Parts: sequence; structure tokens; C-alpha cells
Amino acid sequence: MPGTALVRTERLFKQYETDAGPVPVLKDVNLEILPGEFVAVMGPSGSGKSTFMNILGCLDLATSGRYVLDGRDVATLDRNQLARLRNEVIGFVFQGYNLLPRANLADNVALPLIYAGVGRDRRNAMARELLERMGLAKFERYAPNQISGGQQQRVAIARALVNSPRLILADEPTGNLDSATSHEIMKLFVELNGKNGITIVLVTHEADIAAYAKRLVRFVDGRVTHDGSVAQGLPQEARA
Amino acid sequence: MIGPMLEEAWHAMGANRLRAFLTMLGMMIGVAAVIMMIAVGQGAQFMVDQSIASMGSNLFIVLSGSTTSGGVRLGTGAIPTLTTADADAIAELPSIGAVAPVSPGSAQLVYGANNWATSVMGTTPSFLDVRDWPVTSGSPFTDSDVRSGTRVVLLGRTVAKNLFVDEDPVGKTIRVRQSPFQVIGVLAAKGQSLDGRDQDDTALIPVTTAQTKVFGSRFPGTVRFIMAQAVSAQAMASAERDMAQLLRQRHHLPERADDDFDIRNLTALANARAETTRVMSVMLGAIASISLLVGGIGIMNIMLVSVTERTREIGIRVAIGARERDILAQFLLEAIIISLIGCLVGVVLGVGAAVLANLLASLAVVITGASIMLAFCVAAAVGIFFGFYPANKAARLKPIEALRHE
Repeated sequence: MPGTALVRTERLFKQYETDAGPVPVLKDVNLEILPGEFVAVMGPSGSGKSTFMNILGCLDLATSGRYVLDGRDVATLDRNQLARLRNEVIGFVFQGYNLLPRANLADNVALPLIYAGVGRDRRNAMARELLERMGLAKFERYAPNQISGGQQQRVAIARALVNSPRLILADEPTGNLDSATSHEIMKLFVELNGKNGITIVLVTHEADIAAYAKRLVRFVDGRVTHDGSVAQGLPQEARA
Repeated sequence: MIGPMLEEAWHAMGANRLRAFLTMLGMMIGVAAVIMMIAVGQGAQFMVDQSIASMGSNLFIVLSGSTTSGGVRLGTGAIPTLTTADADAIAELPSIGAVAPVSPGSAQLVYGANNWATSVMGTTPSFLDVRDWPVTSGSPFTDSDVRSGTRVVLLGRTVAKNLFVDEDPVGKTIRVRQSPFQVIGVLAAKGQSLDGRDQDDTALIPVTTAQTKVFGSRFPGTVRFIMAQAVSAQAMASAERDMAQLLRQRHHLPERADDDFDIRNLTALANARAETTRVMSVMLGAIASISLLVGGIGIMNIMLVSVTERTREIGIRVAIGARERDILAQFLLEAIIISLIGCLVGVVLGVGAAVLANLLASLAVVITGASIMLAFCVAAAVGIFFGFYPANKAARLKPIEALRHE
């Protein structure tokens, strides 16, 4: 079903210009992600998975090839349209949480709504509702540095959800968290994917985190070397 | 959109209060300096304008000119060549409104135990029209006083005060060079002239009385100078030409002879003086504006630092959907708020300093709404102008680079 894919890349190619000449990072990446999928992206450092995520998130543009997000060819959009796409279609979750340190939790969660032009009362109501869902309602006036890393990541997820995105891009969301908290966060992602039908693409180094996904894409040297079931893509010891 | 942005800008400044304050300080000093300087400049201008107004408008003074006597050239006014008849003839010219011959001298005035030396001017009633100088108590002398040379005197404020202190001078008799004169009126206060003389330190008597009974003259019927007022500012040039022509004719000067009189356009002189003050006032403002400029550069500096410090924050905002103009507006707004608050405090400081200068140093100051508005607009413009570069830099950051920034 090529028309219904949420994410489709065709012959995606990306190279960075450096002093030593052009360095190709992504080579001929063809990928299709359907609505409702939960994809884990793995690969060694420098394999191009982060660049791939940046391109998916419309934070960076491919050197050549096509990237169609939600039916729109990203290469044809200007910076404002890209900003709007990021705002309406995508929710970002980062390894370092990336909350605004000076804003309280509620304001952090409501931030995307400001750029979507939502009025104040509605912003506050939606932020509160999401914080409540994350079990953080009583901390809404706290600053990010007053709560734990796991809690901060929940706030970041709440922020990613506030605009009801179709796609969540999570770049090593558990990278800074201990194992128990990591699994809680992953259960949250599974729930969002299962109950709300949000498509999730998640980068991770850890096999047990990737195991929560339904599909695994592995990058090596800028190419996709595995695209299929999680079980087959993971090394033996993580399959349990 | 603007509401949350204002809040954000406010929070951003609150996060670094000392820095925000120091940045504002530059604006405060700049605006205060501009307002103060404009106030002082306009004060000086106001003083000059007032002295010009006190002099009378569209005014000429016709002086007796130099004469050549046996090859020796004598200076202006050496020999009185002008007469009261000349004054009467000038008054007939259509371009001239009012004319007053003046025969000045100085005399000791005595009333009771008080005495006072002052300049006594023999003139005609039209002097008061020419100089636009009303009589506040009593009444002016009349043309018939001039015709019959009566001993009446009008006192300037300073003279009246020195001779009479609190007493009402009108109707009293004083002595001018020993002869008795009746005080018939007191002139309104005029204040200082352009060259700093006290214009109220004078007494006016009929010109005939001055010529025949007080000063005497080797040349009977002559006056030292004639004050003439043109009918309008536009008539100044033709009035000067007409007077010159008339006087040459009346004095029977041959074609090639020099004028034996000297016509000076007092209003033009005064206007030149006013122009100088105006230029000075503008210069003061301009110099003060340099400090505004420096304040603006201070804002730009801090905003650039702020953009660098908050690169990651900008990256986050862009990632979650901020457009270029949102980032631009955010930083621009911050710069404008800083400059406007700085300006507001600067206005208060500047007005305060001007009022203080007026009270303590009795410096003439004029504070107008226009100068405050000007300072305000300039401050806003400085905020926008110097805020734009950093804000634009922030707006053009590449999102991935901004997000990676530590």
C-alpha cells in the first residue's frame, strides 16, 4: 500500500561536506513506515541512524532522494511549512529530555501549542491533562531540574503528545535512564502505540529496549542491513 | 501569540536580572542625557526667544553715521546727523509702522533719601509701541507732552524699585539732574536683553524735554538714534531701502557720498542669535544621542551573548514547531522591552535631572512632550535596530546544530 505510508523514503542519500571532502552518511535508504508501526532503529555509532532520524524529523534535509511524510514531499516545503509539519505531525523525544530549564513543567508541555496558536486556557488545560496522565500533575509548577530524569522524560513525552502527533521520533529516549525507569518509559511508548495508534520510530543501542518494538531496522555504514522482525534482527541473548 | 512571547521575554530577563539591568542602564543614561540636553538647549532657546520678543519685532535702529570732517573720518554716531524731523519723515513711509527718535543720556535720579543712576531716554510715546512695552500703572506721556517739553517721566521697574521700594511712584515728584519731574507711570518688566543688560533699568522722558532741559545739545533738534518698526516681516527689506533713500534725500547727500547714517536690522541680528542657540541645542541633542547609540550597541552585545547561550533552547523550540519569525519575534521583543524599560526609567531620570538643574543651578530648562516622545521613539528604534541582528542570527540557526549545542 504505497499511498498510505506515513513515512516513505526513496533512494535517500545524505552527505556532509567536510574539509577533507564530502563524507556520505546515508546511502540509498528506501524505507516505508505505515501508520501504527513501532519501529526500532539500531546500528553502531556513525552508521547514519541519527542523520536518518534528523531527516525523518525534518530537522535536516537529504542531499538527494525523496522523503514523503504524511503524503507531502518534504523537499518541496519551505522552512515555515517544515516548522508547521514538525509542530503538527511529529513529536520529538530526546535522550537529554531537552526541556526548557527556565519554564515550569506545565509551560514546557504547552510550548508546542504556543506555536500552533492555541489560546492560553486551552493550552493550560491540555498540559495539565497530559501531566496528569503521566502521573506528574502535582509537579506542574516545578522546574525541570527539580524532578528526576525519568520524570523529566515523561514531561518530554507529554510535550511530544500535546499536539496529537501522528509520529513520535524518539532518539535514545532511555539513554540517560536506569534500567527500571527505562522499562517504564518503554511501556509508556508501547501503550501510546497500542492504545492511541501513534506511529513510533525509536533509536536505541540496547537490545532489550529494541525488543519492545514490532519492527527493527538496522543501519550499517549508511545502509539498511536488516529490516524486519525484531526477533531476527537481534543477537541471540536479547531474544528471551 | 504576543502574550506568551511577552511572558517569555519577561522570564528570560528575570533569569538574569543583573545583566538585564546593566543592559538597560546604557539606555537609561542615553535617554536621560538626551532629555536633559534637549531641555537645557530648549531652555536657552526659550530665553533668547523671550529677549527677542521683549525687544519688539521687525525692528530697525537708525544710527547717526560717520562723517568726514577735514579729512578725518569720525566713527558712527560721532556727530548726531539725525533729527526728530527725520523721525517724523520716516513715520510717513508706507513700509514703516511706528517710529521713535531716541535721545539717551545718563542721569542721577533722586527721590527723598534714595537716589539711583540710570539711563534716561528722551523719546516719543510711539517708543512704547515700537518696543511693545506697556505701562502697568499710571499712563504714558502724550504727544502734547513732547510738543511742550513737560517734565514728566516713566520709570522702568528696576528704577521704580530702587527709588520707591514699596511706595507707589505714580504722581510723585523726583529729581532728574536736579530738576523736578513728575512720575506719571511705571513700565512693565522686560527682563534681560540679548546682551545681558537689565532693560528695566531705565527712565523715559519726552524727547524735547531731554534735548532742551536735561542733556542739552550742541546740535539742537538732533537725536542719537531712531527706532523704526516695519509694518511686517515681509516689509523689512523694502523698509530698509525706503529709509535709506529718504534719509539721503533729506540730508542732501550727493550721489557718491557715503551714508551719514547707519541702518541696522535688529531683528535679523536677533534671529541670527536665535539660530546660533538653536544650532547649539541641536548639537547638544546630537551629542547626547551618541550615548543612545552606545546604549544600543550594549543591547546588541548582550543579545548576541544571550543568543549564543540559548542556542540549545532555540533548537528545542525549532524542533517542536517554532517558525523563523517566532524566534525572530521572541528575541526582538526582548531587545525592545529592554530598551523601552531603559527608556522609561531614562525619561524619569532625565526629567528629574532637568528639574533639579533648574532648582539648584537655576538653569533654564524646557521639557516638552515632543522631546520625551522623541526619546521614546528613538529608544524603540534602537531596540529594533540593534535587536534585529542578534534576533535574526537566532532565527537562522540550523535546528540540528542548535540542538547539538552544549
